[in-house]
Amino acid sequence: MSCSRRDFLKEAVGGTLVSTLPLSAFVLLTTDEAKAAIADSKVRWAFLVDTTKCVGCGLCVKACKIENEIPYDAAVTRTWVERYVITKDGETHIDSPNGGRDGFIDDKIRDEEIEPEDIAKAFFVPKLCNQCDNPACVQVCPVGATYQTNDGIVLIDRDWCIGCGYCIMACPYGVRFFHPEHKVADKCNFCYHRISKGMQPACVECCSFGARRLANLRDPDDPVTKIITTERVAVLKDEYGTKPHVFYLGLDANVR
Amino acid sequence: MPEDLIVHGIEWTVKELFVYPNEYIYWSIQIVMYPYMTGLVAGAFVLSSLYHVFGQKELKEIAQFSLVFSLALLPVAAMPLLLHLQQPARAMEPLLTPHFTSAIAAFGIVFTAYALIVLSEIWFVYREYFVAQVHALKSETGFVNAMTRLVYRVLTIGAYDVSEAAIRVDKKAATILAAIGIPVACFLHGYAGFIFGSVKANALWMSPLMPVIFIMSAVVSGIALCMLTYIVIMEWQAFWRRRRGGAVEASKIKGAETDVVNKATRYLLGFLVAAISLEMLDLIFRGYTAMKSWDILRSVMYGKDFINIFVLQYTLGNLVPFVLLLLPGRTVKRTALALLLVLFGVFMMRWNVVIGGQAFSLSFSGYMHYEIPVIPHSVETFKEGVFGALTVIATPFVLFWIINKFVPSLRRDVEGT
Amino acid sequence: MKWHVLRPLWVAIGLVGTIFVARAFMVPDDFGVHGQNFTYGYHRLSNIQEWKDFPVKYQGRETCGSADCHETNLALLDSSTHETVECENCHGPSIDHPDPNEFLPLDKTRELCLRCHAFLEYPNSDRGELMSIVDRTHKRRYECVECHNPHDPKEYYE
Repeated sequence: MSCSRRDFLKEAVGGTLVSTLPLSAFVLLTTDEAKAAIADSKVRWAFLVDTTKCVGCGLCVKACKIENEIPYDAAVTRTWVERYVITKDGETHIDSPNGGRDGFIDDKIRDEEIEPEDIAKAFFVPKLCNQCDNPACVQVCPVGATYQTNDGIVLIDRDWCIGCGYCIMACPYGVRFFHPEHKVADKCNFCYHRISKGMQPACVECCSFGARRLANLRDPDDPVTKIITTERVAVLKDEYGTKPHVFYLGLDANVR
Repeated sequence: MPEDLIVHGIEWTVKELFVYPNEYIYWSIQIVMYPYMTGLVAGAFVLSSLYHVFGQKELKEIAQFSLVFSLALLPVAAMPLLLHLQQPARAMEPLLTPHFTSAIAAFGIVFTAYALIVLSEIWFVYREYFVAQVHALKSETGFVNAMTRLVYRVLTIGAYDVSEAAIRVDKKAATILAAIGIPVACFLHGYAGFIFGSVKANALWMSPLMPVIFIMSAVVSGIALCMLTYIVIMEWQAFWRRRRGGAVEASKIKGAETDVVNKATRYLLGFLVAAISLEMLDLIFRGYTAMKSWDILRSVMYGKDFINIFVLQYTLGNLVPFVLLLLPGRTVKRTALALLLVLFGVFMMRWNVVIGGQAFSLSFSGYMHYEIPVIPHSVETFKEGVFGALTVIATPFVLFWIINKFVPSLRRDVEGT
Repeated sequence: MKWHVLRPLWVAIGLVGTIFVARAFMVPDDFGVHGQNFTYGYHRLSNIQEWKDFPVKYQGRETCGSADCHETNLALLDSSTHETVECENCHGPSIDHPDPNEFLPLDKTRELCLRCHAFLEYPNSDRGELMSIVDRTHKRRYECVECHNPHDPKEYYE
């Protein structure tokens, strides 16, 4: 070998540095940067779910499917309702048949009979995309097909998504899925086409019990914002650092 | 079932207990194949570089072969992704609009860089041969010969100087590329580990050890595959030469050289030990710290996937070949068996990470079973089924056969570096 | 210096150059970092308007009562126990009703009513408080609306 040790070391170090160049393109986010960029936006959408009011009728799930053109019989949904039955022995029984699309008519959970006298507590928990402040799904998209708008909604560009599924794997809440017809990623977007016109999301509109409400966190006069800021609210899975913007009243410790 | 009801993943996912409505096994067999193939690419290249950079003279023959085989493996590394994408026609987008905060975006850059390095290194090693072929075929007639000559002319990229000085420069350039290529090959596979390790939503994948574990087991699989293919080809050629009989030089019927195999085996064992240690470390830490996900992870690893993890991967795929390679009186046949088991073990590792990570729900309250489609009844069940995987496995050998016709990597008398 | 050494480099540069040229054709002009930062704001700008233009299906109660349509049923509803139930929950989305969408897909099935009114004995849940029936013991062969007026549930038809 005609290459001297010094030459080799120089080349190896140089080569390693060159190959790490792509790494330097990883833009590190600072919260200050992000805050400054969206500071001037007058709208930051958020959501309030009141689990004490949800009766599990599932009309929200049905309305969402129709409004957002998710094939009705396909086993995916932008929003869903989970039923929790906690029995006195400490067991938690959870189900969500078709995402709650047809409501909860049967008291059996996956063919298991639960005697009413064994039930300690039972409730329903609607779930939807949390439109996080640090959306992990956006961070992992390899092509820039999903992104966050200035008013906080995370959208998906159907014409650009390559269908790799990384965003679906990255979401800790399981709100993303592949649209069976468009063959790209899909998820709840708070009915962006409606809220941009001053309407309510379809699920909020169709809930007869007031369990779902939309809020604009930048509007101090918004009654829902007042509830979020003054009452005891919780979020799902905050340990992932995603900073979700769907707030829950009456969120039980057993909720997964 | 009508087309619009077939949700991707529903045909091979069986849910048990409570699983979120949108959860399916989205990353199935092709995503198991992808890190497996890139691992083979990286490992083959590292093996080749052990000779080119570190001057391990006993590895010269297998190094020649590994380098070219690494090239044959490279397009096959991209195949599983094309088969998996829901929109394969948009496959160029990671090269056009790479979102660098995503590990997958690195794919475009690293893949291209690595392809260029391997192609360039092969060019420098074989340029003298290409030029020689152009001259040798000049006097031949016939369409096939003319076409072959044209191919060689293109392969020279017009560089016909084969003086001693030029060849010395070629060798130096090849060495430099082999050196640069090692970190790039490591990055090519390390980032695949990063793809999984950085997914905080997945309790099994999220670990800083993931990229390192992937690299170590990648090198193991690459060395194993190259050794195995080398042994098979050498023994096959020797077998045919012996059968034909006649006056043949002794050196031509040798088969796989035992000292080549022994040296390569030592490296294999080193990386195998590293890979196993890291995986054990990961497992022990999880059990010790017992985070929120530990209950469901334990029930998956020690319950449902016990055979996949501890019997198939750790015992059959790691422990048994380890013992086979260390017992005294090691023969080439025994080594070949051990290598086969190692390759199986690394495959099971990829399977247990990808499929295992989707075996439990995000709710930590349910499971998903993966039933791989065997007989395809649609494009999707072919692409993401057994036959799709077999297509991916078979292709590098087909490609290697084609490439080897122009870039002879198995000739003992080719003057290379 | 043996310049042939650089030939692979020219090939490499050519390839990278081709990718950049392809990029100019294949990537829409409005693709870039918009609003926030590269991490969360890297996208094609015109997509936002595409989503805003997505067709609306459910119009909401106010639309049903506008232009003095459906006054009777609305008045009945507003003073009944179903006053918070949306018209479109049972009648389906109105979309561009009445023109050209004159008839809406009214759902009169039992299953629709059972969503709320199937008895589930859940303590501490509003579901347990709703007026409800046990499906298999209450007039199984009939649709609910054959006896109950959905616009005023306390009114029975005999």
